[in-house]
Parts: sequence; C-alpha cells; structure tokens
Amino acid sequence: MWDYSDKVKEHFFQPRNAGVLADANGVGDVGSISCGDALRLMLKVEPVTDIILDAHFQTFGCGSAIASSSALTEMIKGKTLDEALKVSNQDIADYLDGLPPEKMHCSVMGREALQAAIANYRGEVWSDDHEEGALVCKCFAIDAVLIEDTIRANNLCSVQDVTNYTKAGGGCSSCHEGIEEILVKVMVERGETFKHGAQPKEEAAPVGMTNLQRIRKIEAVLESVRPQLKRDGGDIELVDVDGKTIYVNMTGACAGCQMEALTLQGIQQKLMEELKEFIKIVPTKVSSLSRAMKG
Amino acid sequence: MEAIYLDNNATTRVDPAVVEAMLPYFTEQFGNPSSMHSFGNKVGLAIKKARMQVQELLGAEHDSEIIFTSCGTESDSTALLSALRAQPERREIITTTVEHPAILTLCTFLEKEGYKVHLLKVDEKGRLDLEEYKKLLTDQVAVVSVMWANNETGTFFPVVEMAELAHAVGAMFHTDAVQAVGKVPLNLKDTKIDMLSVSGHKLHAPKGIGVLYLKRGTRFRPLLRGGHQERGRRAGTENSASIVGLGKAAEMALESMAFENTIVARLRDKLETAILAKVPRSFVTGDANNRLPNTSNIAFEFIEGEAILLMLNKFGIAASSGSACTSGSLEPSHVMRAMGIPYTAAHGTVRFSLSRYSTEAEVDRVIQVVPEIIAQLRKLSPYWDGDGPAAEPDKAFAPTYA
Ligand SMILES: Cc1ncc(COP(=O)(O)O)c(C=O)c1O
Repeated sequence: MWDYSDKVKEHFFQPRNAGVLADANGVGDVGSISCGDALRLMLKVEPVTDIILDAHFQTFGCGSAIASSSALTEMIKGKTLDEALKVSNQDIADYLDGLPPEKMHCSVMGREALQAAIANYRGEVWSDDHEEGALVCKCFAIDAVLIEDTIRANNLCSVQDVTNYTKAGGGCSSCHEGIEEILVKVMVERGETFKHGAQPKEEAAPVGMTNLQRIRKIEAVLESVRPQLKRDGGDIELVDVDGKTIYVNMTGACAGCQMEALTLQGIQQKLMEELKEFIKIVPTKVSSLSRAMKG
Repeated sequence: MEAIYLDNNATTRVDPAVVEAMLPYFTEQFGNPSSMHSFGNKVGLAIKKARMQVQELLGAEHDSEIIFTSCGTESDSTALLSALRAQPERREIITTTVEHPAILTLCTFLEKEGYKVHLLKVDEKGRLDLEEYKKLLTDQVAVVSVMWANNETGTFFPVVEMAELAHAVGAMFHTDAVQAVGKVPLNLKDTKIDMLSVSGHKLHAPKGIGVLYLKRGTRFRPLLRGGHQERGRRAGTENSASIVGLGKAAEMALESMAFENTIVARLRDKLETAILAKVPRSFVTGDANNRLPNTSNIAFEFIEGEAILLMLNKFGIAASSGSACTSGSLEPSHVMRAMGIPYTAAHGTVRFSLSRYSTEAEVDRVIQVVPEIIAQLRKLSPYWDGDGPAAEPDKAFAPTYA
C-alpha cells in the first residue's frame, strides 16, 4: 500500500473540479491509456486579462494521478496564464504534502497537461515526445535507453557514474543489477570489461567536429527554453556537439532532479524540429571549459 | 464496520486452531529435534506428525517425500536449481509466461547463466497450447516448471498430463502449486510430478514456511548444505512451530476441501455474476470454466485498478489489482499482458479471492459497493462519457504525446 498523505487521500476521495468543462477554451490531453495514466485539463480563460476563470479535469489513473489533477485545478484557478505556468510539478507535490517518489510522475503529468492546455488556448503546438525504453530505475523513472546512451556518450564504467549522471540507481538500489548489465553490454562494445568497484569517472571524454551554424541554432533553442528552466530554478548549458549527439549540462534545480530526463526529452524534440534531423541529447556533468581543455 | 478480506491469494489469516497448535513450540517445546534428549524428541515427533499431515493433503506416497522449506519461493528455487545440477548435460528449461516471479525471475537469471529458457504462451483465456509444448520437449530439457493454478486468475494448467509428456523425454517436472494446495484435491502418488512447491501462508498457516514435495527416486541436489536436517536435503534447524502449524493447517484444509469447492465456489460465483450484471463493460479474465474455486478476476474497462482499490479500502474491502500503479511499475501485470487483455482493461483488473471464512453478508456488501465505485471513477475518466465509453475512446482523447 502506498503511503499517501492525508491531503492526497482527501483530493482523491473528494476530487475538486472533476468532469467536463462545457465552455472550455483551452484543453490539454497528456498521457495514454496504455501507460496507465491519462489526464485531460480543461481551462476557461478570460481573453482580455488571461485569467483562468475555471479549470476542470478528467483523469484515468491511480490515486495520486487523480489527486494531482484535482490539486492542479485548485492551484491555477484565478491565476493569469503566465502565473499558472510558474506552477512546477514540485509545487503540485508540495500542495499535496508530498508524493511517494515512484508517484512523482503523476505531478509531472499535471504540469505537462497545464502546458498543453495553455498552448492549446494560445493556438500553439506543445509537444513532448517520450522515447521510452524499458523502465530500469523505478524510483526516478529512468529507462534503459537513457542509461545506455549516457553510458556510451560519457564512457561510464560504474554504477556510481550512472547514478551521478542520470540519477538512476540513486533510490532503493534494487536496479543496480540491471544497470550493471547495461554497463557490461556497452563496455563490451567498446572493448572493455566491466569490473566491479571501478573508480567512478571524474570527467567525460568524447569530443568531435562542431559546426558553427548548427551550434548557433542549438544555442537558440536552448535560449528559448531557458526562461522556463530558470522559473524552476535551473539552467542548461551546451557542452559539446558530436555528430548527432548534443551534450548539455543541467545545472541548478534541474541537475539530477527526477524530471531532468523528462525535460531533456522535451528539449530534444524541440531541437529535432529546429534542426530537422534526428539528434540525441545527453546530459554530462562537465562544463564546456574542462571539456574543451581535454579535447 | 467489519473489514472484508477478499485477498486470500495474497495471503491468508492464520487459523486460530493453527495458532493454538503452534504455541507450545515457542515455550515448553523449545527443543532442537536433533538433540538426544526428551526436549528434542517431542519436537521431533511433532514434526513427524506434521509431515504426515502434509503428505495426506498432497496425496503423496511417502512422508519422506515432504521437505520443509522457508517459503514457496525457496521451494521453487530449490526445485529448478536441483534439476539443473542433477542433469548437467541438459541445458534447457520449459516454463510459462504467466508464472509467479518466484519462477520467472529465477529463469531470467538462469538464462544469463547460459541456460535456454522456453516460455510457453497463453491464449486470451490464459490457456496453454499443448502442441507448442510437445514440440519443445527434447532430450535437452532438464526441467519443466508449470504452475498448477495461476495466482491472478486462478486458471488451472493441465499439469498431470504435462508431467507425463515431460517424462516421455526424460525431463523432470516441477509445479508451483502454491495457489492450488488446500483449495483442490491432490493425489500426487498417481502422477508423474517429480517436484511440487507449497507455501504455508496461502492455506491459513503462517508466513515463512513452505514445502518442497520430492517424489521418491527423483535425483536431487540441495540448495542449502549443512546439517543433516530433512535428510540432508535442506540444512538448517527446523522451524518447528511453523512446521507444526502447517501440519495442522493441512489437516484443516483437507477437512474443508468439499466446503471450499461448493460453498466458497458458490459465493465466488454469486459475487462475480452480480458484479458483471450490474457493471457495464466489465468481464472475467482467465478461464472461467477451469479455475480455482475461490478466485475471480474482473476487468473494469476505462478505469485504473489502484484507484479502485483505494475506494474499496475506504469501504473496508480488501482486494488486489493487476494494475501497473500498485506495483510501482508502468506496465500492467505480466499475466494480463500475456493474455492479450487490451490496455483499456488491463489497468483496471481487480482480483477478488475468497476463503472459507468469507461470508454471504460480506459478498452481498461487496456486490452493493463495487458498482457505485466503478461508476464514480468512470465519471472522472476521459475515456468514459455518460453511460458508456466515449465514442471511439482512442480518438476522443488526443494526447499531445503518448
Ligand atoms: C503462484 C505462487 N508461487 C509462489 C509464491 C511465493 O510464495 P512465498 O511467498 O511463500 O515465497 C506465491 C505467493 O505469492 C504464489 O502465488
């Protein structure tokens, strides 16, 4: 049984603002039934002042998904759209007196639905493409694809490295065996063998060709998401571009937070749209300076 | 309001008579059964009695075929690892996609160790294809492990027949009968089953006691080596109190076998029929015509299982779900996926598992509460619209990402 706070239970058993909002002018749908979580957020926005007059939700999901949706609608009513966008997933969790770590994705879904609904009201397209592999770290919802890419990109060789870079394995540690397996596989590819107890890396290595034009475009995209990251107390820095792999450094509140992966996937999608090519975004822990010096 | 416990496939309450039988073995009967004095001797005799009580429940030919272990999981591991070590020339295992993790996780591990694991698929009702099974049976197969009854749906597998087929190619046959023992009559002496796992806490004995049935003549390699307990087949000083408890529980299960298969089965059917009649878009998963008498697994479309359980819990009703959220993963139960239950329903499956303590009044109360809960949650669901699913649920809900 999950250890839900009284606030979560209260919002689950007496959800506020549940059901269809007939005259909604901004609707955001996120999630899907196959994932077991889906949320539709409906907003009624006053066109002159941009104030959210009413907010309703419909949710297919577990107790914390329903509670997070209910909390979100309460939190944003009466706010302007810009104010509402300042509500972070952590704010939703805090409002509910906390969520179990495994359930934090429910608050992320709420935050995403909010972005989607506001984008819909403003006539913009909001997209957040999740490229999902098998879930390895259940505590922080990190999948095999991200772990594998990060190991490959940074030449990682220990579980501790992987935890430092992706946060995977930093919770209950029951996935350490799974992370080791990915390490073994990737290390074999690069002609090394996995040794238990290997020294964690200090720095990551790969360097390569950069292309000024591409980099300027990439910088521009990062610039466009920066305000949003700053609102959550974080920032992003471009570290390097190596072919189709873009290395970034997440700092401040974003670094290593459980949402880093989700945020990165959103940015990756934006970059792909801008560059019109398939690229991969990979978090590293080094600054561009130390990377340049190594290179 | 008295709590209503319909989660007996997860675990059962220890019968008060079982507790009573156990108590002396914590106090005056504390001896080590191996000791050469009267303290030990009395305990030794009590364990012998328990062994015979379990033998009787299983319909085993000899009481020496009963090995006490610490749980069902230990019995499963012991059986598979023993079969592999005893026949090093055979490198293949056959099992099913719907086994309990006690088997599946072990098999995943063994696969990494270099063994070939064949997973038998099930159809939409959770049934095996025996033709597929026959094709896989070769002289390379060391052991076949197939559960007697599935813990989520209660569906039986034809293990007696499958054991015969395994023997024809010289493979050993193990069955995880953790859910079946105590609920259906067994007569192992008339079968070719070599090994069978039992877990005490599923039949009103305590947690942390199990049995591995090992047919006489079956080659065996112990998992725990050490003292000569259990004839050297499972070292470690006996958990005497729990063994005595399991013996008593086995005796009581045998006495209530008819009750379980008539009265309990009727209550289960009443519960199921009434819920299906009252709740639109709900259906039974598994093979309704061939399953445990106490189990009903119902899928409620377009809502999520954990939310149902939380609501039930508020009404004092305990059940369980194959939903992803209850396990902390993002995938619904492997059993539901193996049967190809669509995602629209797999997340909303609820298992009601009764016991001989379940009453008609309890069942009536659940029948009254469940339809309300389902209706309430569907009101919140974006896939539900009024009295039925939103027209074309896939299109009604158009997420920006999936
Ligand atoms: C089919 C099956 N096998 C094995 C087990 C594990 O038994 P134990 O909890 O005694 O290890 C269970 C219990 O959940 C089960 O249902």
